Amino acid sequence: MKRTEARAPTSTFGEPTIRQRSEWEEAFRRLRRNKAAMLGLAVIVTLAVLAIAAPLVAPFHFADDHLEDNFTGPGSKYLLGTDFLGRDVLSRLIYGTRVSLTIGVAGATMATIIGVTWGTIAAYRGGFTDSVMMRFVDLMYGFPTLLLIILIMVFFRANVDPSSEGSFSLRETLRSLDLALGSLLFIFIGIAITSWMTTARLVRGLVLSLKEQEFVNAARALGASDRRIILRHLLPNFLGPVIVAETLNIPTYILFEAFLSFIGLGVNPPVPSWGAMINEGVQAMRSSPHLVLFPSLTMVLALLSFNFLGDGLRDALDPRMR
Amino acid sequence: MQAYILRRVLWVIPLLLGVSLITFLLMHAVPGGPFSREKQLPPRVVENINAKYHLDDPIWKQYGNYVWGIVSRLDLGPSYSSTTVSVNDIIRRHLPISAQLGAMALGLAIAVGVPLGVISALRQNTLVDYSSMFVAVLGVSIPSLALGPLLVWLFGLKLDLLPVALWGGPNHWLLPTVTLAAGSTALIARLTRASLLQVVREDYIRTARAKGIAESWIIIRHAMRNALIPVVTVIGPLFANLVTGTLVVEKIFAIPGLGKFFVDSITARDYPVIMGTVLLFATVIIVANLIVDIAYVFLDPRIKYT
Repeated sequence: MKRTEARAPTSTFGEPTIRQRSEWEEAFRRLRRNKAAMLGLAVIVTLAVLAIAAPLVAPFHFADDHLEDNFTGPGSKYLLGTDFLGRDVLSRLIYGTRVSLTIGVAGATMATIIGVTWGTIAAYRGGFTDSVMMRFVDLMYGFPTLLLIILIMVFFRANVDPSSEGSFSLRETLRSLDLALGSLLFIFIGIAITSWMTTARLVRGLVLSLKEQEFVNAARALGASDRRIILRHLLPNFLGPVIVAETLNIPTYILFEAFLSFIGLGVNPPVPSWGAMINEGVQAMRSSPHLVLFPSLTMVLALLSFNFLGDGLRDALDPRMR
Repeated sequence: MQAYILRRVLWVIPLLLGVSLITFLLMHAVPGGPFSREKQLPPRVVENINAKYHLDDPIWKQYGNYVWGIVSRLDLGPSYSSTTVSVNDIIRRHLPISAQLGAMALGLAIAVGVPLGVISALRQNTLVDYSSMFVAVLGVSIPSLALGPLLVWLFGLKLDLLPVALWGGPNHWLLPTVTLAAGSTALIARLTRASLLQVVREDYIRTARAKGIAESWIIIRHAMRNALIPVVTVIGPLFANLVTGTLVVEKIFAIPGLGKFFVDSITARDYPVIMGTVLLFATVIIVANLIVDIAYVFLDPRIKYT
């Protein structure tokens, strides 16, 4: 990273001190001044804490049914009411935060890993490898993302459904892994397969310009292996901006999960997801509007916060703002 | 330029083949076959069914036949859930509703989004600007998944002004169209504002002002022509959003369009319907992107395509 020198205010001893302030510190200072972004960050941190502490915070377990109390409106026993099985809506929302945030972060992580690997290899190898790999990215770009995710999810669900016939070890392994991850595994895979291309293009561009610079030549002259050059010299130089760019996609992944759960391809019941809750709520909208109102509002709150923070981050890091 | 357009058009062929191949392979790799029921059918019956639908052919031949059927006769094959209805029948019956919903939403998004963006740009940093951009941020952030139920609750149940579901007359159209259009409207408004703000700082606008042309004429005649170019390019991706958005909106409002039928066929595991609908949706999106890309060549003569 290039460093910018900034003249700090006079120190306590009256001597002017010069210290370096990195680009990241500058950006963070700008971000802190953005009220909407900080509000968004506060909400996200709160949601994250709720998600981690869900078993402690939630009044009930997400699958606890109280059939005698089903379709209860908001009240003192059930703060936000209960659903058709008498499950506590507030508890399910809190556990649903877990699902959404996990998907958001894991989706971003997987898309970054695939994209960085793909882009680095394409740019570093160059030539024919590069053109074949990037043509494939073009092809993937042409494929409408949500439709591809739907197909992949239909495929996985049919293949690992407990009622499906035949059993070979891979299917069994996937099935138990999926169960262990609260039926989120295939959503991760679906998001990973469809979301890495932008990162790959970005990384390719960055590596193409980086690999011609002197320090890479110097490393090569000293006999560093390709592996060492990539991991020790190239990666640290571009990973920061790439990760920031990828965090901006987290709300998209959260939305993917909600969408999939809404059309019945996401989490398996009784795992709570905001999208699945909205789907269930829509069916009883007239008699119990609280079932659809609270999940919708929670989703709006979360996505707004992410977008405020994202806009703030973008403004803070955009060099044109200076 | 001709070479660019030709290349762009030809690129659609491998894209569509790739889409159909992936769709076909994924939907044929599902275990158990389409006709497996709770009760085991006698082997002879299974054999006959497989022969009727050519499921005993090798997979590459099945794919070849499927693609040939589409190319030569626009035939997307039979539906597994009914012996008398083909995928074509289903599309013919349900697509017009979805197309109408999508067209109205796109129209609304442009009709509201562009003026909103223009007003914000002309009144930059005023209350009008801030409030409309705040609404735009809301529109971008609130997915139809959450907006639909909220609108139904407010206008259908609380205020009792509009019907909550189904697809009867124009008063049924309002809520679904607004729900579907909200995100696109907000995006267009933000983009129009940003683009117009950039254009009005250009030299040729100052020249026009110096000549004493009326401000409104400058905006309409000189600034908008360039400001709308980026807005046109985003219509391609917007189209994809609208198409997939109909899945959600039609399900929320119980509209008997192709989107709702598609979601239902996922639950019913009617693979030919899933396959046919995905192919149709993908083709629509890919062709929309193609048209936008080609239109861009004509809209912006400053860029040379080789």
